[in-house]
Amino acid sequence: MSEATLERGMNAFREQMNAPIASFFSSCVNCGMCAEACLFYTETGDPKYTPINKLEPLRRVWEQEYTLWGRVKSMLGLSQPVTDELLEEWESLIYDGCTLCGRCSMVCPVGNDISYMIRHAREGFVAAGYSPEGMKGASRRAVTIGSPMGVKYPALAAQIKHVEADSGLSIPVDVEGVDYMALLSSMEIMNFPEYLEALARIFKQAGVTWTVSSEAFEATNAGIQIGSSDIARELVNRVVVAAEKLKVKYVISPECGHAYTAIRWEGPNLIGRPYKFKVVHILELLDELRASGRLKTEGMDETRLTFHDPCQIVRKGGVLEPPRNLLKMVASEFVDMHDAREMNWCCGGGGGVSANERAEELRLKVFKRKKTQLDELDVETLVTACANCRLVMEEGLEEYRMEIPVVGLTEMLAEHLVEEKSE
Amino acid sequence: MSTPVDFLLWVRGPGFDIALVVFLIGVVIRLLEVLILGRKPDFAEPRGAELGAGLRTLVTRTLPEQGSFRRSPFTVVGGYIWHIGFFISLFLFIPHIELINATIGLSWPGIASNLVDAVAAVTIVTLVAMLFSRMSHPVKRYLSGPEDYLTWVVTILPMITGYLAYHRMIDPYPLALGLHILSVEILMVVFPFTKLMHAFTFFIARWYNGAMAGRRGVQS
Repeated sequence: MSEATLERGMNAFREQMNAPIASFFSSCVNCGMCAEACLFYTETGDPKYTPINKLEPLRRVWEQEYTLWGRVKSMLGLSQPVTDELLEEWESLIYDGCTLCGRCSMVCPVGNDISYMIRHAREGFVAAGYSPEGMKGASRRAVTIGSPMGVKYPALAAQIKHVEADSGLSIPVDVEGVDYMALLSSMEIMNFPEYLEALARIFKQAGVTWTVSSEAFEATNAGIQIGSSDIARELVNRVVVAAEKLKVKYVISPECGHAYTAIRWEGPNLIGRPYKFKVVHILELLDELRASGRLKTEGMDETRLTFHDPCQIVRKGGVLEPPRNLLKMVASEFVDMHDAREMNWCCGGGGGVSANERAEELRLKVFKRKKTQLDELDVETLVTACANCRLVMEEGLEEYRMEIPVVGLTEMLAEHLVEEKSE
Repeated sequence: MSTPVDFLLWVRGPGFDIALVVFLIGVVIRLLEVLILGRKPDFAEPRGAELGAGLRTLVTRTLPEQGSFRRSPFTVVGGYIWHIGFFISLFLFIPHIELINATIGLSWPGIASNLVDAVAAVTIVTLVAMLFSRMSHPVKRYLSGPEDYLTWVVTILPMITGYLAYHRMIDPYPLALGLHILSVEILMVVFPFTKLMHAFTFFIARWYNGAMAGRRGVQS
């Protein structure tokens, strides 16, 4: 990447400007209602975390360069310019204090999609050199090593070997012409290899042909989180090249929120064309297998449990029904949280916040929101479908000394698979 | 412009023409400034259609999301009262309808003047309460700048001057009426250059929000 400067940042802000953003800024009346939808405000009470306030730098660019009156004011020296000091001050609001969860976008009375603007504003912050070290490091590792956590293929190969030895199943690698190519997140490879085993078991039972690519197995996209389209494009492109080389019909996005946003919704726009394959979220695929009778489970989990909706999969991703359809197959005591589904609250670690070490204290503080939701329910288990949410919530639960295990939905289903009788 | 009658004649004549031209040209420029920016084509395969979802959000955002209502009841209820009160005073007061009819030839039934009077009083009180809330609520106070207070002033002035004129509380009457019309002209001139523009652009904002979410299969 070339050197970051304020000028590059300003150019990046300008490149983001479009009719939706201009209509949003034109419509804001400073009513402050977005604050009440944001866990960074509700849990800290600090008004600087009001979602629309996090966009002050981008708002200034819009007002001063994209409105007639703003240009007049600038010429008369009546407006405050965007400076390095401003970006430095706002960096912690836009990165540490926002998970891109999109809850604010659901409540704004004039209809502003605030998280959409924050995603775009981050492009300017990166280009100007104002982004957290932790996220810069993750992006660098993703580009140079292939994974934000520095996981290379040999590490995955080792996990594959373990899973194959434990389960007696085979994990197909680089198989051409199969229907599905599965992606994984580094978090799943290192911390939750159960996911891979669950896939192998479910797909065997359902007769799904699939493969993992040794060249592009990483689903996460640090470029999307830090807000660099250049990095995001590079990472998406690896997946596209591998999937088109293996001639698969579908690419499966794993239990990871922003990976889904990256590959499903932003990817085609980053590479500037539609894919030659379709992208499905693992929960969508499992729900399809359920509906067609290919996913057979037995037994019911009778513990009282609830589901945490990962923001990027549910509210921002549109995978609304599958998680609940699937849970009802295997859990008899499933209860929804207050504010469930597309109005659920974020775990506090999305949008790159969990990769940003300096934000840890704040992240644990705002986890109180999830704690409150869980306290109301008195559940024994928390199910989710995002490895990042899972880790963030495990840390949060530990911080608040709550003994609630967090389970991935795919693994939970795999545990209830009808065992095939060996012949 | 030495007498109240001269003043009234000016605000009803050239003054109004100036305000109308600034308002109309200003609003058109502001809308064009938004729309000409356009947006890039979206290559991601849609899960749902944009049009229906966008139109639905345009309507549904008029009602607050449940949790937001619980957390900001004053902003929501106060917002409803003064917006509705303002529109009733503007469009259902019979002298206003007659003026509109004389100007552009459109007419509709109004409501009893004493009822409009009561609505106007409630609207003024609510606007004062909204100002108090803006200055005292931590979030609103933090967000507010000169423009927020300026737009409050130019919004409440026509209400107050109208109320005073109706009750003959300013003497002579031509001066009262002239001040009322002038306050409306100030509102019209300030309108296109401030957040008052939301009265037009919120249609666009809600549509984009609903359309972009609807594309992903979510009703926002």
